[in-house]
Amino acid sequence: MSNPVLSKLRAFGAFWYDFVIGDDWLVAAGVVLGLAGTYGLHRAGVTAWWLLPVLLVVLLPVSLSRAASGPLLPRRTRGQRKPPASPRTPPAS
Amino acid sequence: MSAATSALFIAVFLACAVEAVEATTIVLAAGTARGWRSAGTGSVAALVVLAVIVAVLGPAVSHIPLTGLRIFVGALLLVFGLQWLRKAILRASGHKALHDEEKLYAEHLAEAKGQQARRSLLAPDWYGFTLAFKGVLLEGLEVVFIVLTFGANAKNVGLAAIAAGCAVVLIVAAGFAVRAPLARVPENTMKFVVGVMLTSFGVFWGGEGAGAHWPGSDAALLVIIPAIALFGIGLTALLRQSADGSGGAAELREPAGQAAH
Repeated sequence: MSNPVLSKLRAFGAFWYDFVIGDDWLVAAGVVLGLAGTYGLHRAGVTAWWLLPVLLVVLLPVSLSRAASGPLLPRRTRGQRKPPASPRTPPAS
Repeated sequence: MSAATSALFIAVFLACAVEAVEATTIVLAAGTARGWRSAGTGSVAALVVLAVIVAVLGPAVSHIPLTGLRIFVGALLLVFGLQWLRKAILRASGHKALHDEEKLYAEHLAEAKGQQARRSLLAPDWYGFTLAFKGVLLEGLEVVFIVLTFGANAKNVGLAAIAAGCAVVLIVAAGFAVRAPLARVPENTMKFVVGVMLTSFGVFWGGEGAGAHWPGSDAALLVIIPAIALFGIGLTALLRQSADGSGGAAELREPAGQAAH
């Protein structure tokens, strides 16, 4: 049987991890790196405003691609016809 | 009202409206299943706790140096904004099931009806009280966080509070007028817009906190917000194509009458 204090601590940690980090740790890590990189460029006297937008353009598609389990661009070979759409079923209510 | 002030008002209004929809759903379920007196007492008690938190945190936030606040809040807004945007894009493109307020309401209602009644000093029904209290407190804390961080960063807490107040009053009034979960609110669309706003303000404030100087100063927001929105719409279209191409997830699309993007 597990220690109840340990379980509560684990649940507390899991809540904060889920709240701050969320579904994809890569996003949180990318944001921290982006802000650190912006600060580094600023300290080095280089124009730094462009770094976060560039990071966003890379980070969001990568994270979406990981969630959708595959590349964002549809894989269709030449001449392949799109299959007829399946009838939509309403979500369970 | 300047363009940056309007953007602040819209961002806070929409973000708080989403939180208010969730709190209203929980209170409606508690009131319908367990009685309105206990749900009402629970909601009022949560509002009192929130008022105390605002009274303590409000002045403290205004004493934090603006640079430190901007980099910390910018990082949080970027992480939260990207999470919201990511989920909204996945839902709109059919890769994730839509958030269904009616389903959540039915689940809360069934759970509340299944619990035995227990009287307490505070309310005739303890379960109804705690359900409403927790719902209002947790969602309310998010509203407080949004108002204080957005307001302090923009040096306009008053406007942020007015935007939040308008959103909460509007959503609560609509919820109690129909006495049903606000299923017709295009929640995914709102979450997409809020995700765009949080990410945009996160990029702007986070960058400024880290030492970046935006071309055009505050006016840069007027380029960042539409650029991120267009980028998100483009990614949704790409993901939808990939979902159609693989033939999967088509059944996860939203029902008619509820816009997804």
